[in-house]
Amino acid sequence: MKLFESFVIAIRSLSANKLRSSLTMLGMIIGVGAVISLMSIGSGAQAMITSTFEQMGTNVLTVMPSSPEAGGLMGMGMAMTSPSLTLDDAKALERVRSVVAVAPVNENFIEVTAGGESKTAIIHGSAPEYQQVYSYYLASGQFISDRNVASRDLVLVLGSGVAEELFGSDNPVGQRVKMKGHRFTVIGVLEPKGGAMMGFSLDDVVVTPITTYQTKLFTQRTPSGEDAVQSIAVQVASAEAMDEAREDIETVLRKYHRIASDEKDDFAVISMEQMLDILQQVTGIFTIFLGAIASISLLVGSIGIMNIMLVSVTERTREIGIRKAVGAKRRDILLQFLVEAAMLSLAGGSIGIIGGWLLSVLISQVDIGGTTLQAVVSPDIVILAVSVSVFIGLASGIYPAIRAARLNPIDALHYG
Amino acid sequence: MIELENVSKIYRMGKVEVPALRGVSLNIQQGEMVSIIGPSGSGKSTLMNIIGCLDKPSSGSYMFEGANVSQLSDNRLAEMRNKKFGFAFQEYNLLSRASALANVELPLIYSGSRQKREQAMEALERVGLRERANHKPTELSGGEQQRVAIARALVNNPVLILADEPTGNLDSASTAEIIAIFRQLNRDGITVLIVTHETDIASQTKRTIRLLDGQIISDERVD
Repeated sequence: MKLFESFVIAIRSLSANKLRSSLTMLGMIIGVGAVISLMSIGSGAQAMITSTFEQMGTNVLTVMPSSPEAGGLMGMGMAMTSPSLTLDDAKALERVRSVVAVAPVNENFIEVTAGGESKTAIIHGSAPEYQQVYSYYLASGQFISDRNVASRDLVLVLGSGVAEELFGSDNPVGQRVKMKGHRFTVIGVLEPKGGAMMGFSLDDVVVTPITTYQTKLFTQRTPSGEDAVQSIAVQVASAEAMDEAREDIETVLRKYHRIASDEKDDFAVISMEQMLDILQQVTGIFTIFLGAIASISLLVGSIGIMNIMLVSVTERTREIGIRKAVGAKRRDILLQFLVEAAMLSLAGGSIGIIGGWLLSVLISQVDIGGTTLQAVVSPDIVILAVSVSVFIGLASGIYPAIRAARLNPIDALHYG
Repeated sequence: MIELENVSKIYRMGKVEVPALRGVSLNIQQGEMVSIIGPSGSGKSTLMNIIGCLDKPSSGSYMFEGANVSQLSDNRLAEMRNKKFGFAFQEYNLLSRASALANVELPLIYSGSRQKREQAMEALERVGLRERANHKPTELSGGEQQRVAIARALVNNPVLILADEPTGNLDSASTAEIIAIFRQLNRDGITVLIVTHETDIASQTKRTIRLLDGQIISDERVD
């Protein structure tokens, strides 16, 4: 029997009971649809992270506290509770050669209220160099000054997103806002930057002097009792000088922190690239994890197909007997049922791909903090989904097909 | 054409052995029309299954057209059933969801024919059912269904047609029609073997082989 024949026979059998075929396909449709949309969201998130980082300047090294016992990601996580950097560290780094600007940055979420409106924003406590290091430009007013830092002034620079939401078309400069019970004066507004990080737009940020942040908003102390700095952003003169600058920074800080030559650092110097890598890794793992969970429904779908094929074989015992009596060989029967199972899963998979694609298009329309996440269904995801569908069909169908092929024609003819 | 030499068939049901045929030997020439008669349990269906290569003997030899087919592989037996033999059963055994035409085309799928439609229509013509080609079995009478089954048996130009109680479910008028068709096919040169338990069917054939308890007890020719 030619392969084409078996396709025709399979289609006829499947159309004979459309309801049953549709329900059986449902498992595959949902499974494949879920995997497709989740993986496309994952790759969209990864693309978004890359573009965000590209906007933030590449000659920047970030110094963060790190727990000496645990390294890498773990160490930085733990260090959130054991800070080790201070403003003196930041000052010391200014003198390192190849360093153009140094900005200490403390970060947290905060609610900003103005005249009845309120907005959750990211607050950065920093210094004048922040503008240069992070390439933020002023749309109006002025940025925080060294004097603001020295005097711990209650002044605030708004990102364009915050300004728009709280003040609309009015000029916020000179106006008052409230944060954590304190009244701040707006002294400037930043130009829009676009981009988003972890779902938060880069324009939903507000900047205040770091000293103000430390004393009035979120206090944190180092083990030696000084006000803590969460991170220090260092702008290096050129990409070529990055490695050299990194070494010098490490040397300076080790001296300042009195770390012996055989002890580990209580800080970490990370480039944007490394940050990007780490984030990509995390998102990548997350994406795979989501994909794996979605694959569980694929497994359920394939079990559904195997179940229905077994029922189908039993129901069609007599038909199999008839076919064998008129000359069907074992392999003809095997092929017939295998093709049927593969068709079920391929059809289900195809519908699932279309559904998953539609879902990712829908998700790409959703506004997350000013931008959208472009969920892209790449060709290799589609090819993967199609091959997996066919494979599942064959794998689920092989056992029922073998059972069908092995039937004794005489017994089969008398069945039922 | 058909030479059975001391053929026996034993079925094993758990620990019990059931002998369906015991040492049957017979010769059937091409062009004969033979009936095999006996009470139920006499082994007549088993004999037909073995002759038609639906089953293999437990012992003994079966030569068909001069070749030993007793121990052929399943695939070879399937080919024999496809090209050399045609079956008709008491329950017709048609595919209920397919049209008469599609049913008749069935053996052609497995012989790889490229002119299934034409060949099937010819076979239907031969049994006088050309106009009913697109009807499903549920839309046909018992006699018409059996004629479709016979057309299916004919479609690959077999040398032997085997019918197991072909008129068992039919009224007397349809019975007469079916027997007439078999006689016509025999006149056309096809060897016909009919298994039955009714003597008046058997009397319409030129040779009657009588079975009892798995053995041939008589083999009579009528001229």
